[in-house]
Amino acid sequence: MSDPVLVVVFYLISAITVVAALGVVLTRNIVYAAVFLVGTFAGVAGIFVLLNADFLAAVQLLVYAGAIAILIIFAIMMTRDTRKGSRSNEQRWPAFIMAVLMLAVLLGGISQTIWPVSVLAPLETTTEKLGKLLLNEYILPFEVVSVLLVAAMIGAIVISRED
Amino acid sequence: MTIGLGHFLTLGAVLFCIGLYGVLAKRNAIVILMAIELMFNAINVTMVAFSRYITPNMLTGQVFAIFIITVAAAEAAVGLGIILCLYRNRETVDAEQFNLMKW
Repeated sequence: MSDPVLVVVFYLISAITVVAALGVVLTRNIVYAAVFLVGTFAGVAGIFVLLNADFLAAVQLLVYAGAIAILIIFAIMMTRDTRKGSRSNEQRWPAFIMAVLMLAVLLGGISQTIWPVSVLAPLETTTEKLGKLLLNEYILPFEVVSVLLVAAMIGAIVISRED
Repeated sequence: MTIGLGHFLTLGAVLFCIGLYGVLAKRNAIVILMAIELMFNAINVTMVAFSRYITPNMLTGQVFAIFIITVAAAEAAVGLGIILCLYRNRETVDAEQFNLMKW
């Protein structure tokens, strides 16, 4: 990807994503944190578009920016614990040091590894191929994950029901 | 100047570490769940980047990303259900207060 427009777009979307992610963990207001989270999800959807993953970008917007964001905002609303805000606990600085160390290790690994990058062009559209893969090669994990989703749905209803 | 696999992996690593900090350092259980979602997103970026650059015609990473999204949705539903239930019983979502099983 060497088109200068795409390079600029990549850095722009990355900056938005990272700033929004920092907003999620740094802001004191939980509702703002949820809004920043939606920004991160949208940014990641943009990254998926840059990576030629059109179907996943749509799924990201529908499932994350749509469903999970609404779920989280509902939970914030129903717990009414927003007065105290999104405070940090006393292990804030150890956590920060751990995160920086983790980042250093990951970046070191990324820069040291020689990746076997393929020169093939990516697929133009992925939806058809993904559908075929999910219903042929990955049919068993697909079924298992369906069962998991049903179990989680029933579990969430049972747990959060007023009795 | 070209954007390669390393750029996307770096973005994924940065997002993951931001999420890690949020999980470790936040008190509010809902914010901890949000930070976990950030980490899931970081993993998805990494998976799709590998899929795009290492096996561009097989889409293996994208299939993995779909499964991760599904599991993340299930996790968010159950996690928020548990938080609501805890709030109903203990009137707080502060993770420091959930110490019933602390010895």
